[in-house]
Amino acid sequence: MTPPVIQLCEVRLQFGATCALAGVSLDVAGGMLSGLVGPDGVGKSSLLALAAGTRRVQQGQVLVLGGDMANPRHRRQVCPRIAYMPQGLGNNLSPTLTVNENVDFFARLFGLGRTERRSRRAALLERTGLGRFGSRPAGQLSGGMKQKLGLCCALIHNPDLLILDEPTTGVDPLSRRQFWDLIAGIRREHTAMSVLVATASMEEAASFDWLVAMDNGRVLSSGSPAELLQRTGTTTPEAAFIALLPEARRQGHHPVTIPARPPGDGQVAIEAIELSKRFGTFLAVDRVNVRIERGEIFGFLGSNGCGKSTTMKVLAGLLPASSGQVRLFQRPLNADDLRTRRRVGYMSQAFSLYSELTVHQNLVLHARLFQVQAAEITARCADLMQQFGLGDFADALPGTLPLGVRQRLSLAVALVHRPELLILDEPTSGVDPIARDIFWQKLIDLSRSDHVTIFLSTHFINEAQRCDRLSLMHAGRVLVSDTPAGLMVRRGAATLEQAFIGYLEEASGATDANPSAAAITAAAPPPAGPERSPWEGEGFSLQRLGSYTRREALELSRDPIRITTAVLGSLFLMVVMAFGINMDVEDLPYAVLDRDDSTASRDYALNLAGSRYFIEHPPLDGYDALDRRMRTGELSVAIELPPGFGRDLKRGDPAAIGAWIDGSMPLRAETVRSYLQGVHGQWQTDRARRQLGQSSAPAAASIETRFRYNPDILSLVAMVPATIPILLLLIPAILAALSVVREKELGTIVNFYATPVTRLEFLLGKQLPYVALAMVNYTLLTLLAVTLFAVPLTGSVAAQASGALIYVTCATGLGLLISTLVRTQIAALFTTAVLTILPATSFCGLLDPVSSLQGAGALIGAIYPTAHALTISTGTFSKELGFGDLLRPFTALLMTVPVLLGLSVLFLNKQET
Amino acid sequence: MRGANIYHLGLKELWSLARDPIMLMMIVFVFTMSVYAGATVLPETLHLAPIAIVDEDRSPLSERIIAAFEAPYFLPPQLIEQPLMDERMDAGLDTFALVIPSGFQRDVLARRSPAIQLNVDATRVSQALTGSGYVQSIVSTEVQTFVQHSQATPPAAVDLVMRMRFNPELTKTWFGAVNKLIDNITLLAIVLTGAALIRERERGTIEHLLVMPVTPFEIMASKVWSMGLVVLSAGLLSLRIVVSGWLAVPLAGSLPLFAAGAALYLFAATSLGIFLGTFARSMAQFGLLLMMVLLPLQMLSGGVTPRESMPELVRTLMLAAPSTHFVMLAQGILFRGATFMVVWPQFLALLLIGSVFFAVAHARFRSAITAMA
Repeated sequence: MTPPVIQLCEVRLQFGATCALAGVSLDVAGGMLSGLVGPDGVGKSSLLALAAGTRRVQQGQVLVLGGDMANPRHRRQVCPRIAYMPQGLGNNLSPTLTVNENVDFFARLFGLGRTERRSRRAALLERTGLGRFGSRPAGQLSGGMKQKLGLCCALIHNPDLLILDEPTTGVDPLSRRQFWDLIAGIRREHTAMSVLVATASMEEAASFDWLVAMDNGRVLSSGSPAELLQRTGTTTPEAAFIALLPEARRQGHHPVTIPARPPGDGQVAIEAIELSKRFGTFLAVDRVNVRIERGEIFGFLGSNGCGKSTTMKVLAGLLPASSGQVRLFQRPLNADDLRTRRRVGYMSQAFSLYSELTVHQNLVLHARLFQVQAAEITARCADLMQQFGLGDFADALPGTLPLGVRQRLSLAVALVHRPELLILDEPTSGVDPIARDIFWQKLIDLSRSDHVTIFLSTHFINEAQRCDRLSLMHAGRVLVSDTPAGLMVRRGAATLEQAFIGYLEEASGATDANPSAAAITAAAPPPAGPERSPWEGEGFSLQRLGSYTRREALELSRDPIRITTAVLGSLFLMVVMAFGINMDVEDLPYAVLDRDDSTASRDYALNLAGSRYFIEHPPLDGYDALDRRMRTGELSVAIELPPGFGRDLKRGDPAAIGAWIDGSMPLRAETVRSYLQGVHGQWQTDRARRQLGQSSAPAAASIETRFRYNPDILSLVAMVPATIPILLLLIPAILAALSVVREKELGTIVNFYATPVTRLEFLLGKQLPYVALAMVNYTLLTLLAVTLFAVPLTGSVAAQASGALIYVTCATGLGLLISTLVRTQIAALFTTAVLTILPATSFCGLLDPVSSLQGAGALIGAIYPTAHALTISTGTFSKELGFGDLLRPFTALLMTVPVLLGLSVLFLNKQET
Repeated sequence: MRGANIYHLGLKELWSLARDPIMLMMIVFVFTMSVYAGATVLPETLHLAPIAIVDEDRSPLSERIIAAFEAPYFLPPQLIEQPLMDERMDAGLDTFALVIPSGFQRDVLARRSPAIQLNVDATRVSQALTGSGYVQSIVSTEVQTFVQHSQATPPAAVDLVMRMRFNPELTKTWFGAVNKLIDNITLLAIVLTGAALIRERERGTIEHLLVMPVTPFEIMASKVWSMGLVVLSAGLLSLRIVVSGWLAVPLAGSLPLFAAGAALYLFAATSLGIFLGTFARSMAQFGLLLMMVLLPLQMLSGGVTPRESMPELVRTLMLAAPSTHFVMLAQGILFRGATFMVVWPQFLALLLIGSVFFAVAHARFRSAITAMA
């Protein structure tokens, strides 16, 4: 036996209260195809993630390729020799990137040169039969093709250790067979390569060299498949596995028995006639005919993306059909008919219950929504909890439960209202054999004793075998429908699997089935051995950085809505803000309470009416009216001219005019006050001049006020340059923050964990496209300011542009920093909005200069990049400034960049914790 | 339509929120710290304006003038030399720079009416406008008093007695606090419904609801009442504890009337959130959409600057935004003590706008949810 490639010693892993691995010790020999088998949620994926170095070692020792994976130096060294393909169909691929681009992304991360990259990519794609689809986006591939593409991406750097997590779950039989042929072929060429696979399919495991059976975070047994069979005295791997389980887990398990279906009453439960469904130009379902009788178990088989789910959604009334007809309980399907919905139970492919509600709360909520009698709800829920073995999990949140338990909960929910028809989309995908058998027993009981019609889709041949009738779907069409036995007879095949593969090969054309055996290693000799690896070392690689930049830019360019909103949106917001933050208050409504009604008082009122700042409203007739009309907000100011005003004036007695100003908006009140003072003063001077002639004494001193930079004190000239830094903050920060958090949510972040890319390379790579986009924004905003708003750009354009460049680097850096701290897109969105809008609009000198702020606001104003960008923007726009005059803000901004980046690097984990 | 469904689905929304610690933290943050910070950092009308003085006269009069610039209106004046003035203004250090020419006092006493030069950084519009008025009145008062010591009193003039109603001191904190509260109510109402709708769509839970005997109307109504209730309670608590307690803002009008208005506004704002949620295909798109909607709502509804100062077109367009009416209503009730007889047009407008958003979102709901397949 070759020396072990992976050695685990007393490895423990804990997630909160859940124990994923409870002291696993294991040696995996090199050069072999080893398998981890066991139900879901027993720690297989965690073990693989530890071995791949994507998850942090908590306790115990993990030695891979001769070194400790807890040591970052060793991880960096061996990382280029390991390939890791996470669970899920194409989960680490980018759906909008094409097949070629996806492969290139990984090739660049592993430092492959241009020629080597091309030749290896061509050889791998050719071999997997994907060569023809090089320019098709990965998101439009079928499930099987996605997995083959994932394998190409994993193999592009010719790894010594290949780690695959349930690679064939959800893949059709033909693709599954091709996948394993491919692995076998590559192992023949690269004999030193070790492969470690986790799988829930025992049929598959039978062909591996060596198996580890796991349960409940522990190793049950290990050895070759033959050894395991011998040890347990069983004949099939599935039976062997069940025999290995501890007694408690096995309890209640017995082989599934299917009583023959009693002759039906011929009633059709659901029927599709020439049903088609089109999304844009893509024909997802093509003239499908299906007819299911009452009490029948009807199976749908086919790979992911062949149209099964869409057909089921149309039949469930979720999607409208493009053409054709659906008849439910002998009546045309009507999506608005709530009564028929109560007769149907639907379970979608992905878990779609509320992860924020407990198991029991989910059941009760659905019982209520399905209008189960209130008196019956408690008993019904208790009954279902007991039947589906959910009692222990009543108060648990579904997110913390193993997949198998969640699927049981989904089925319980689908049954809560005792439906007559069940539509189940891949109900057992990813569920372990025991749970699957229990699940099936349930379905069979429902069909046989309660005459519930069951329409389900599956990937498992042994499940297909249990159906009364089957349809095989491929590329939107039903290839054939018959009983399992009937299909084998028709095809002349010994097993149902062979019959299916036969049909699929016929439908997809022979070329696909026999990919040419071009040798990958012959096309380009692998850079085997760490000493020859050009990527090895701890330095900084522009190529890896560029790989992320290229990918982010491509993804961005394929989301035109995001780009257009980002660009046009900021222009729109600039217009909004320029008009919104306007200090020129005009047309202030006022009314006069003239209690004198003399020539002099009318003259005063007239004088006010002549001002362009005030608009006269009908006069007031008393204090009540004054009070009422000010309360409604109709009047900004009310003027009271007292009785005897004219007389006092004539006599030269002191007179006082009253002005009530609405103080509810302090800014407006301030302005009203100064305007009133101005108008009043002017009236006084005029009066004095009229009375005394030209002889009036000159003022003791005068003040010449020069409004600099913005001589007409037009708000627009001041506001427009000030809006640019704010707009260059909000949108770039949000886009940058979402770009990383989206990877976390979709799972593609695993590429960052599993490849040699460093934290700095990853962050900068993600940042660059958004910096570029923000600079496009900056250019357009400046153009708009100069043209539409006619704001003169008086200072140095070069200083302004370089200031903008440094500033948008800060803005996107701030977004990245936020993204390292939050987990969900919604939290990222919210946090970024709160942390940018308030500081940028209130503390950075937009309305009041930073020097006037106090307390926390003053501190924020001193360090927040927008404050400095504002100085540069208004300086270069209105104050004719250049680099030399703006040293301070430039220095401050330049210092912010490394601080933000450094903090992001610090908070970003290179491994899952 | 079944009331029970709306009730139970609403409870579900509340549970979802209760189990989302980040959202809860954000709600607490925006209704406490954010309101407090937004209210207090805004300086009072003219607060600590930076002023520099070039005193070339160095006379008793010029010293008098310099001493007259005091807190809280002005920072202590920086006494500088003429050449430094431009540099400091360019760097944005001073908003005002006053140049007192040499021989100023002599000329004043000789009735030659000398001129003082006041330089104002007019890119800082808010301080520039009000502040230059202050500077002028301070200087002329000082000069007047100085002159009066040596001369006879001038003839009697007509006095203009100005009284500020509803906010006698023109304390910006009052205004800032209520304004921030309104902004945060808007933000939360839209995010809690719209972003949650997108998340549910991404997770497939909404789709699952559509196979049940539940109508889109019930789903939407449940979101409106539950999230509306959360924001309303948090908002009212914030008004009582933070605004009227901590910040000591006197609230003039009836709190129940304000609560009723806020409830109507939340109907409109949550409907707007759902409406936006039916347009965005991903969280990133929703984020951008949110910015496009939120900023105009905050800037143009009369909360930041008076509606009177906006162009006619903008003013008219903004009548379609619910926040415009809510700002009017809130200022009317909270500051001016307006009664229902005064603010009923705003109530009516909110009801109408909310119904339109709700109806359009309802019409788009089913197709928007299933279009993601």
